[in-house]
Amino acid sequence: MNDILLFTVLTLGLLGTVLAVILYFVAQKFKVIEDPKIDLVEDVLPKANCGGCGFPGCRSFAEVSVKSADEKRNLEGLNCPVGGNDVMKQVADILGLEVEEQEPLIAVIRCNGSHANAPSKVLYDGPASCSFAHNLFAGEGGCQFGCLGLGDCVVSCDFDAIHMNPETGLPEVNDKCIACGACVKACPRAIIELRHKGKKDRRIFVSCVNKEKGGPAKKNCSVACIGCSKCQQVCPFDAIIMANNLAYIDFEKCKLCRKCVEVCPTDAIHEINFPLRKAKAETDQTAEKKERAVKEVAATVSDAISPSVNESDTENKA
Amino acid sequence: MNKLRTFTIGGVHPKENKLSEQSSITVLPLPKQLVIPLGQNLGAPPKPVVKKGDEVKTGQLLARAEAFISANIHSPASGKIAKIDEAMDASGYKRQAIIIDVTGDEWVEGIETSTSLNKEISLSKQEIISRIKECGLVGLGGATFPTHVKMMIPEGKIAEYLIINGVECEPYLTSDHRLMLEKGDEMLVGIQIMMKALGTEKAIIGIENNKPDAIAHLKKLAVNYNGISIQPLKVKYPQGGEKQLIKAVVNREVPSGKLPIEVGCVVSNVGTAFAVYEAVQKNKPLIERVVTVTGTSLSKPSNFLVRVGTPVSDLIAAAGGLPEDTGKLINGGPMMGKAVSSPDIPIVKGSSGILLIKKVESKRSTPQSCIRCSKCTVVCPMGLEPYLLAKLSKLSVYDKAEKERIMDCIECGSCQFTCPSSLPLLDFLRLGKQRVGHLIRTRK
Amino acid sequence: MSIFTVSGSPHVHGEENVKKIMYTVVFAMVPAMLVSIYFFGIDAVRVLLISVISSLFFEWVIQKYLLKGPVTINDGSAIVAGILLGFNVPANIPAWMIIMGSLVMIGVAKMSFGGLGNNPFNPALVGRVFMLISFPVQMTSWPVAKPLFAPQLTDAITGPTALGLLKEGVDAGKTIEQIVSDPQMPQYLDRLLGNMSGSLGEISAVALLLGGIFMVYRKVIDWQLPVSIILTVFAVAGIFHLIDPQHYIEPSFHIFSGGLMLGAIFMATDMVTSPMNMRGKIVYGIGVGLLTIIIRLWGAYPEGISFAILIMNAFTPLINNAFKPKRFGIALKK
Repeated sequence: MNDILLFTVLTLGLLGTVLAVILYFVAQKFKVIEDPKIDLVEDVLPKANCGGCGFPGCRSFAEVSVKSADEKRNLEGLNCPVGGNDVMKQVADILGLEVEEQEPLIAVIRCNGSHANAPSKVLYDGPASCSFAHNLFAGEGGCQFGCLGLGDCVVSCDFDAIHMNPETGLPEVNDKCIACGACVKACPRAIIELRHKGKKDRRIFVSCVNKEKGGPAKKNCSVACIGCSKCQQVCPFDAIIMANNLAYIDFEKCKLCRKCVEVCPTDAIHEINFPLRKAKAETDQTAEKKERAVKEVAATVSDAISPSVNESDTENKA
Repeated sequence: MNKLRTFTIGGVHPKENKLSEQSSITVLPLPKQLVIPLGQNLGAPPKPVVKKGDEVKTGQLLARAEAFISANIHSPASGKIAKIDEAMDASGYKRQAIIIDVTGDEWVEGIETSTSLNKEISLSKQEIISRIKECGLVGLGGATFPTHVKMMIPEGKIAEYLIINGVECEPYLTSDHRLMLEKGDEMLVGIQIMMKALGTEKAIIGIENNKPDAIAHLKKLAVNYNGISIQPLKVKYPQGGEKQLIKAVVNREVPSGKLPIEVGCVVSNVGTAFAVYEAVQKNKPLIERVVTVTGTSLSKPSNFLVRVGTPVSDLIAAAGGLPEDTGKLINGGPMMGKAVSSPDIPIVKGSSGILLIKKVESKRSTPQSCIRCSKCTVVCPMGLEPYLLAKLSKLSVYDKAEKERIMDCIECGSCQFTCPSSLPLLDFLRLGKQRVGHLIRTRK
Repeated sequence: MSIFTVSGSPHVHGEENVKKIMYTVVFAMVPAMLVSIYFFGIDAVRVLLISVISSLFFEWVIQKYLLKGPVTINDGSAIVAGILLGFNVPANIPAWMIIMGSLVMIGVAKMSFGGLGNNPFNPALVGRVFMLISFPVQMTSWPVAKPLFAPQLTDAITGPTALGLLKEGVDAGKTIEQIVSDPQMPQYLDRLLGNMSGSLGEISAVALLLGGIFMVYRKVIDWQLPVSIILTVFAVAGIFHLIDPQHYIEPSFHIFSGGLMLGAIFMATDMVTSPMNMRGKIVYGIGVGLLTIIIRLWGAYPEGISFAILIMNAFTPLINNAFKPKRFGIALKK
């Protein structure tokens, strides 16, 4: 009995020792010499592995950061959108560097072609995939630039930050958004843009990406940007760029003065999280006036660009 | 008597519904305005050579092909260029188009408009090809590949057979059928011209057995022409697919990713053969084509000879008007055609038919889960596994999809047609093909 | 003007749908059902009804209250599964056992994987094997077949199946001649028509074949799969019979007794769990045949087809990966 016990203990003990020695040498041989800073950096990262920084995961971001710090002594072009400035500051501290404060970004949907604004002209019957529908046709509302409303962006979001609003048929971004950029890549029509979150979450942007001339754009969608340049004229900071019949507000230059919002004849410029303006009682009359103004502007703009637009407009209606 | 042939892998039998089979080709009057999109051919669109306000005559060059794979566009009527602007294409996207206000039908000098048959082929091989190029011919089967490019055989290859596609395997469509019956002689001369251009001794016309009158008619005529024979084929979709047709007619398999010339074949459509005749013998550019307008709810399903640029709504009106219960308007046949969003689009060189589908039939059934019945695999004419490819594409596993040969898919729709669970297989296959194609291009 | 619909091609759809396929299978099972009613009487009706109703009920409950998704009990798949489970049990089994079996079948083998189309194993067989292991006594005491309206001839209420007799005999060291001459052993014609002990669906080879031919005609199954199973069993059993006829019974016995026909025609051909292309199906069939005969000849159970099919179900994804259909324009060397 004792013999057996002794034998077992001895064999197992010996086996353990031998294997431990082998393991030690193997571990020595295959040891990867890695900068310990990489682990430290990785520890402070959020570990969402979302790819928002442009690298495949938090580990590779850490590696690149350490490399950049070693070689260039800066962290240029590196930013963890999930962690934001706090995390980047911690990373910089570990690496003994200073980091510039980055303005936080958020995804913005630049289309307001809701069911009401851009009524359906055709029915789509197929899989809920924007990228497929984009290849198939212009869209239910008829606008070839606008949102298809099938939710590729919603599927792409890892942070539960973007959802379809069934009433409008458009996606909506909530404050969980960390600007990882997944939806920007997923949208086949490049409608979503990452913009400055803005002070107190206030933003002003042109909610349209339609590059058509005023007439055709307005035909499909009542809130399309018609390229009238009124906003550009009124902007005191040169923040508005006109290109391809479309206004674009440069968020680096925009000081959120809201002048452009007021002049936009089609309400294509959106302001978010601003306090209500002093109530201007808009009677039916003024609304009508506004409507007329829109038409006039659209007409003059079209004329200015190409006199033929009006003809096509009437022809198409006929 | 030839035995009935067909291709070996896969295939389906959709209901034929050839409603307009007996209606002879009627010429449609010119519309008031023509919209001529520039991108009517596979490859680069040609560049306009006219400008707003120009007076043009029928057959005058409107846009010249500058790229290698491109085709000229000519004016389908005489009139004034109203504008060169964006106009809606079949998918609803705005594309560049030339819009002409029609004033009449005055032809450019040098085009013969008589219908007398001219059998004498006087032009040389090179002259034929340059005439075809000048006249802006494209494949009229639907792919709209510029014909002159097809006629130029690459160095070191020999075109042993010219295979003429008279299959018309798409249900409903009858334009090729009517053309074979009514313009048989012209078509055969056109085939002889192509044979000369290609240096081919043998031409075979493949016709499905559901058109016995066309087979009999062409057999009778073909006796007078050297080297042209008729091959009746079993009815099976997609026999009109280039690779399937070659397999069916000469029993050769085009290797994956290669062109038919690899096995010594050139395939052309019967409509193209007729257009070649008109271009070479009459110097007439491609400005009109036969279009079937059909649908079970339509009062007069017909075949029309129409000028390119005529709005689809004109054709529907001539065929009895748009029925109230129309749910879907299809440019092409029911298997591969494209659903369009509005009848205000123009007929282009590649439009072979306009099909109206009733509202009740236009909705797809709700997709159920895949029951792995393998019917899609059985019917796939390319021997692919659509269920797998659709899933890979849905999950964005594009490298695996490429290995499973997604690029071989010819988008014939047999898989989706047969799927008992009504899954949108082809939709996902298309998406996958596009993505994989993009990956392959960026790799280079 | 009406609003048009836009969708990708094709714009027409064939006649096939899931419901049609499922009801074709149900219809194909009718001959075997009638035979079982003829031989086991009201008990057969009782078993089938309980099985189908409980399957439908569990599917409905799970879809409606657990998954909270769409209810698809009318697609016929639960009916098929229910009948198949009924086919796999003896006619005198207590009702609660059938209900347990169908709960395992629908709940565990089917719905837990995501419902129709997603289950890796044949649900009816999972249900049967579960019952076989949980209630071995009830699952292997077979009522004697008694043609409807025929006078009571024997006193025996239960008796062994032909395969059970064979196994017992071989284990006891008897020769084949002795086993076959046992009065309880059903005669050849009886085995063909179904006049023998066994589970509801397996007894009549002729009725099963009829159903099989109907399904092949309607293109619900491919004939190659059942044929490859049966041929493999026949070949292997035949080889052993030739080597040692004293200990191995002639091969046709194996084919017309036990659940081979039922398994080969209705269970192995289950679309969801069998491979997707012809070459794969034949490999799968050969695998099922081999495993069946191995279990029958040397295993502990007299019958092996259920285990064989379940084991091969596990290999289906591998077979799908290894065997691809013949691609057009690939590797054409003369």
